[in-house]
Amino acid sequence: MIEIRDLSKAYGGTPVLKACSTTVAKGEVVVVCGPSGSGKSTLIKCVNGLEPFQHGSITVDGVSVGDPKTDLPRLRARVGMVFQHFELFPHMSVRKNLALAQIRVLGREADEADARGLRLLDRVGLVAHADKHPAQLSGGQQQRVAIARALAMDPVCMLFDEPTSALDPEMIGEVLDVMVELAREGMTMMVVTHEMGFARQVAHRVIFMDHGEIVEDAPAAQFFAAPASERAQGFLARILHH
Amino acid sequence: MNYHWNWGIFGEQVKGGEETYLDWLATGLGWTLAVSLTAWLLALVIGIAVGALRTAPSRPIALIGSAWVELFRNIPLLVQMFLWFFVVPELLPQEWGLWVKQDMPAKEFVTAALCLGFFTSARVAEQVRAGIGSLPRGQRDAALALGLTLPQTYRHVILPQALRIVIPPLTSEFMNVFKNSSIAFAIGVMELTFQARQMQEDSEQGIETYLAVTLLYFICAFAANRGMAWIEARTRVPGLIARTS
Repeated sequence: MIEIRDLSKAYGGTPVLKACSTTVAKGEVVVVCGPSGSGKSTLIKCVNGLEPFQHGSITVDGVSVGDPKTDLPRLRARVGMVFQHFELFPHMSVRKNLALAQIRVLGREADEADARGLRLLDRVGLVAHADKHPAQLSGGQQQRVAIARALAMDPVCMLFDEPTSALDPEMIGEVLDVMVELAREGMTMMVVTHEMGFARQVAHRVIFMDHGEIVEDAPAAQFFAAPASERAQGFLARILHH
Repeated sequence: MNYHWNWGIFGEQVKGGEETYLDWLATGLGWTLAVSLTAWLLALVIGIAVGALRTAPSRPIALIGSAWVELFRNIPLLVQMFLWFFVVPELLPQEWGLWVKQDMPAKEFVTAALCLGFFTSARVAEQVRAGIGSLPRGQRDAALALGLTLPQTYRHVILPQALRIVIPPLTSEFMNVFKNSSIAFAIGVMELTFQARQMQEDSEQGIETYLAVTLLYFICAFAANRGMAWIEARTRVPGLIARTS
């Protein structure tokens, strides 16, 4: 579904990604972890072309992201993305947040988009909040709306960029529950996160990044039982002991 | 002070004419409103577009926006008024220039409205750019990630938020437009300041004249202020901006 080959990127002279290669198969859940500044957010933002890259290639469902001829909006419409800071549109009601791209990008009728939005809100347990504005919701609720907004586009895969990092601890669970359910339904997911509990529970593979490199790319069980690299061992020891 | 006060002057007829001084001021107010509102409309449309251009990812496009702003921001308004009136028609192709000088209807009004509109658009553009710059970058990313094109992203996500943020500074600009429109008298637009000078000379009641005109400008600017406050209240986003009034 997602194929990243030899991906390199630099800001000015500073390399942020160095020859990264990996694949995410259909229905697979891949967790990307690593210390801050390791390039994991940049990597995931390259997948839907939000970050340009200089070398290498990415294909999503057979479409090359870096090809100048690619219709990026059309590709992005099929790739759901969830952000660290939710990024709901604050000037629109929840209902309109969900409908906007369905109407403007997919060309759905307003009624149809609204109905689809409400179904997804119901699924994340927030249908009662449809007419509120984002600022009237808690962080956890906003992130669940953001997931519903991405799902409303019927994506072929979902990208999560640290979806729980900006949340108060008591709200992390409600967002992870939605993500676990999604994973169990067979959604293809690439998730940048430090939530190792989530990774253990649903990830098929774990990618560990450091200094712009993919240091380790292993089945989840193997990664947690016996990380091969010293850097991954150190990282796990640091984040799991707290 | 030996000034002879005469507040009844406004009802008196002008020398050698049928109309009263009040008619003169009413005409002046009409032209002031016409110049100001036309200029404001122009300034909003161009200013929003140019402000958005200045934040575009493409450098050449952003530079065009910057050039526009610098051009109109760095020349005094009075000089710009004279440039548009006396110089620009000479620079046009000969036929056009001739048409502008001889046949263009309401030549003074059109020139003043364009000039004031362009001048103000540069200031509006700066504020719109600042408003866009104050939004988190993630908003643009989120809109693009949903498959919206860049123009759609500006239209539905970025500008609606940026414009709400810049309503207070835009209010000052709107008020400035009324006050700056007084400069149009220099090219012969018969707006309030023009009429005031004429009335002062004709009636020799300068103090009453200018107090009346002052009050009229004040009312215009104040109305602009209240109008914008009403818009601000109406577009307030629930839960996002603290109630201030």
